[in-house]
Amino acid sequence: MKTIKIFGAVMLVTFLAAFTTKPAEGYKVGDVATDFSLKNVDNKKVSLKDIKDAKGYIVVFTCNHCPYAQAYEDRIVALDKKYKKLGYPVVAINPNNPEKQKEDSFAKMQEKAKAKKFTFPYLFDEGQKIYPQYGATKTPHVYILQKTAKGNVVKYIGAIDDNYEDAAAVKTKYVENAVDALVKGKEVTVKETKAIGCSIKA
Amino acid sequence: MKSYVNRTVMLLFAGMLLASCNNKTEAEGGTPSVIADTTATPTQETADLKPAGEPIPLKVYTKDGVSVKAYDFNKLEYFLKQKNDTTYVVNFWATWCVPCVEELPHFEELNAKYKKDKIKVMLVSLDMFKMVESKLLPFIKEKQLKSDVVYLRDPDQNTWLPKVDSTWSGALPATLIYNKDMRKFYEKQFTYAELEKEVSNFK
Repeated sequence: MKTIKIFGAVMLVTFLAAFTTKPAEGYKVGDVATDFSLKNVDNKKVSLKDIKDAKGYIVVFTCNHCPYAQAYEDRIVALDKKYKKLGYPVVAINPNNPEKQKEDSFAKMQEKAKAKKFTFPYLFDEGQKIYPQYGATKTPHVYILQKTAKGNVVKYIGAIDDNYEDAAAVKTKYVENAVDALVKGKEVTVKETKAIGCSIKA
Repeated sequence: MKSYVNRTVMLLFAGMLLASCNNKTEAEGGTPSVIADTTATPTQETADLKPAGEPIPLKVYTKDGVSVKAYDFNKLEYFLKQKNDTTYVVNFWATWCVPCVEELPHFEELNAKYKKDKIKVMLVSLDMFKMVESKLLPFIKEKQLKSDVVYLRDPDQNTWLPKVDSTWSGALPATLIYNKDMRKFYEKQFTYAELEKEVSNFK
C-alpha cells in the first residue's frame, strides 16, 4: 500500500513538473525551423514556403513598442532591400500579446508598416504560438534560415549588429556577415550573438 | 560631514571634467572606448577620494537635484565583483520596460528593509542614451528611488552580456545576486516574496 502511495506521489510530481517547467528552449544553430502561416499587415496569410525565389530567410522577431526594436527599424528595411534580391528576404514577426502591450496590436502594426515603409511582411503571431518554438525571448531577435532539402535550417541566432545606439558607429554587422557567407556558399563564422531587447509579452 | 560634502563636490567636478572630455572624443571620432585611457590614471588626489578600485564614471548626469553616474561595462564590472561582507542585488532594467517598472518597488522595499543587514541594491539602467535626461532622471525623481541607480552605456552588448552571465539572452528585466561566496543570475520578473526568498539564501 505504502509503495503505491509513494508511486502515486512520484507520478504526481512528475506530472506537475511536466507542466510547470519552462517550455523547450527553442532552436539552436543547425536545427530545422518550423514554417508558419501568419497574418500579414495586408490581412493575407504568409508562409515561408510561399515566398518565391527564396534561398533562405531573415526572420526577425520585432514589435512596435520596444525602443530597441525601433532603433533597428530602418536597418531592418535596409537588410530586406539588400538581401531580398540575393534570395534572403526579411520576414518580421510581432510575437507580443496586444492585451499585455497595447502598442503591439494588429492595427498599430499596420500603422507602423505604413509609416516606416516596410518592404517585407510584418506578421502577427496570433496566440503567441510561433515565437516559443523558435525560442525568441526578446525583440529584436533574429533567426537566419537557409532553405535546404531537409527544411529551413537555422544558420544564425542573435543581434543585427553591435551598436543599437548608432548605426554609423557599428563595427560588426552580424546579420550581413552571416547572409553574405550563405550567399557565397560558405559557413557562417559568428553563429550566435547576444543583445539587450524587450522581453516578449505573451 | 564637511569633508563628505567636499568630496562629493570634487567628485562631481571630476566627473564633469571627464564628461566634457568624453563628449569631445565622441563628437570627433565616435569611439568612446578611447576615453578609458584618460580615466585609467586619475590624479593621486582623485584616487584618494574613493574606496580603492571604485571606477570613475564616464559622466554624471544631473537634473532637478537627481544625478546618475554613467559607466561602460569595464567600469561597471567593478560593482558585479565586490568581495566583502555585503550581498549585492544588481537589477538590470529600463524605464520603457513594463515588467521592470512593475518589479522596481520590490527592489526598493528590499533595499530599505535590509539596509542594516548588509544587503545592497543597485539598479542598472539600460535606457537608450537619448532618454537619460528626458526619461531616466525624471523617472528617478518621480518615483523617489532610494536604491543606487547607475546608467550602463555600452552598445557592444555581445561582448559584455555574457560577462554578466553566460545564460543571459538579453531580455529585461534581469537580476544578479551575489556575495563573496555565491552568485546567481535570474532572467525573470520578481514578486517581492520571491526576491526576499532568493536573497535569504545568500546568508
